[in-house]
Amino acid sequence: MSLRIVVTVKYVPDATGDRHFAEDLTVDRDDVDGLLSELDEYAVEQALQIKEAADGDAEITVLTVGPEDANDALRKALSMGADKAVHVEDDDLHGTDALGTSLVLAKALEHVGYDLVISGMASTDGGMGVVPAMLAERLGVPQVTLLSEVKVEDGKVTGRRDGDAASEQLEAALPAVVSVTDQSGEARYPSFKGIMAAKKKPVESLDLSDLGIDADEVGLEGSWTTVDEAAERPARTAGTIVKDEGEGGKQLAEFLASQKFI
Amino acid sequence: MAEVLVYVDHVDGAVRKPTLELLTLARRIGEPVAVHLGAGADTAAATLAEYGAVKVLAADAAEFADYLVAPKVDALEAAYRAVSPAAVLVPSSAEGKEIAARLAVRIGSGIITDAVDLEAGDEGPVATQSVFAAAFTTKSRVTKGTPVITVKPNSAAPEAAPAAGTVEQLAVSFGEKSTGTKVVSRTPRESTGRPELTEAAIVVSGGRGVNGAENFPVIEALADSLGAAVGASRAAVDAGWYPHTNQVGQTGKSVSPQLYIAAGISGAIQHRAGMQTSKTIVAINKDAEAPIFELVDYGVVGDLFAVVPQLTDEIKSRKG
Repeated sequence: MSLRIVVTVKYVPDATGDRHFAEDLTVDRDDVDGLLSELDEYAVEQALQIKEAADGDAEITVLTVGPEDANDALRKALSMGADKAVHVEDDDLHGTDALGTSLVLAKALEHVGYDLVISGMASTDGGMGVVPAMLAERLGVPQVTLLSEVKVEDGKVTGRRDGDAASEQLEAALPAVVSVTDQSGEARYPSFKGIMAAKKKPVESLDLSDLGIDADEVGLEGSWTTVDEAAERPARTAGTIVKDEGEGGKQLAEFLASQKFI
Repeated sequence: MAEVLVYVDHVDGAVRKPTLELLTLARRIGEPVAVHLGAGADTAAATLAEYGAVKVLAADAAEFADYLVAPKVDALEAAYRAVSPAAVLVPSSAEGKEIAARLAVRIGSGIITDAVDLEAGDEGPVATQSVFAAAFTTKSRVTKGTPVITVKPNSAAPEAAPAAGTVEQLAVSFGEKSTGTKVVSRTPRESTGRPELTEAAIVVSGGRGVNGAENFPVIEALADSLGAAVGASRAAVDAGWYPHTNQVGQTGKSVSPQLYIAAGISGAIQHRAGMQTSKTIVAINKDAEAPIFELVDYGVVGDLFAVVPQLTDEIKSRKG
């Protein structure tokens, strides 16, 4: 049976844009251009490489939870080469936190069916990096996360996790949840052919009732955390800038000494 | 007084500094109870007690090293059931966040990650976070269950506050599903003898301007003259000039030292995300228009290969 790979992806506000909060202190997703989270492109890439290594005997589904525009993120992944997409979209999802998101993703994964789940290491907006671990916990399958190298063979996933203290070689039986880092390999650009083909690929739309989730389990009301305040960080006061005329290093040392660093 | 669980980050009983910071923050909320997994609990207990741990719950088992993350979640859950704490604090390392995330799901509690400060509040602990590449500061609370909060290094100055620190054995049974991911082998990183990047008081980073792995010793020499950690921008890491473990920025480490020195780094958003909360920022760059200069307390427009060695020599001679 061919390997069922599901890649979880997130549609995020462009990090190079002017990101801010909406009135309800959720991330403002209306005023800023959105896109597929850059770190999720690495997950799509690894899914494609695993499929290629299996001589194409795999089916890649991209899954997202998000507003209507999140469809753009799915299209990007499909144009890179994923086979089909699932979009969980529901007005009641607005303001859902990581625990809620992992609940919805877990139910959607059970609905879609999977042998291997691949996520990015974190989103580029919230950036908590906790959803893959939460998914493994909720699904009751092995967590094989933060891999900079990943391989699937004989019903097993293996990979290298580079930590601060050590580099670890990991191994787990499928089904499993994997996350990959930005060190796992450059993501490919969609080809023109890929972009054209993506337009014809199926995108299944699901809402909370399809997944048997009550509205009060998710959204801002159902959130397990609350943001009471969000304030723009005051701009740093302009510092002293000197041009090096041969004494730049000494001037800098003088500054460091005045600040008691030397 | 309510107890607060503190997950101990240690190497064979040598407690790492972020844990002492956590103990200090925990005392603002309640009485710290440390959870020590693996070898060296008796050694660690002395340090943990000095910084305020009233109790040290200890468990040692081969599973902690042989399988990824999940056995540690089993142990932390056992400690949670034994203590019924007011909050659970975990260091914000990659593994710490994963342990905290799974615990939160398991005990049905909200989670906040990467707090940079923590205070007691009328409705539970209030966590300060730095978000959107540190452009915003938020204050958040957990509203359901027992708050599980991960805290970034350098969030508080560790304060000694001697307490009993009595070691108690923690009974842990591992779930069948906790041994699913085997750690087949482990290759420790070679120690550079320099401070840990995220914990260092001073960080010196090099970027594209360093122009080659062979030139990084210039950055390292400056770092060593200050007893600093060495960082690198994504451009320098992607070019293969310096290891990824030293990358500062959105997809690398986020640092918040007393002093950050950026040499040959332009200051793209990806880098700023990882260093913008540093107390004092200094930059050396050829390009006077580089965005990094918008952040600096002191900047030198010039060739880093002239400025940095001169600075290093000057520091060495001043330090005698």
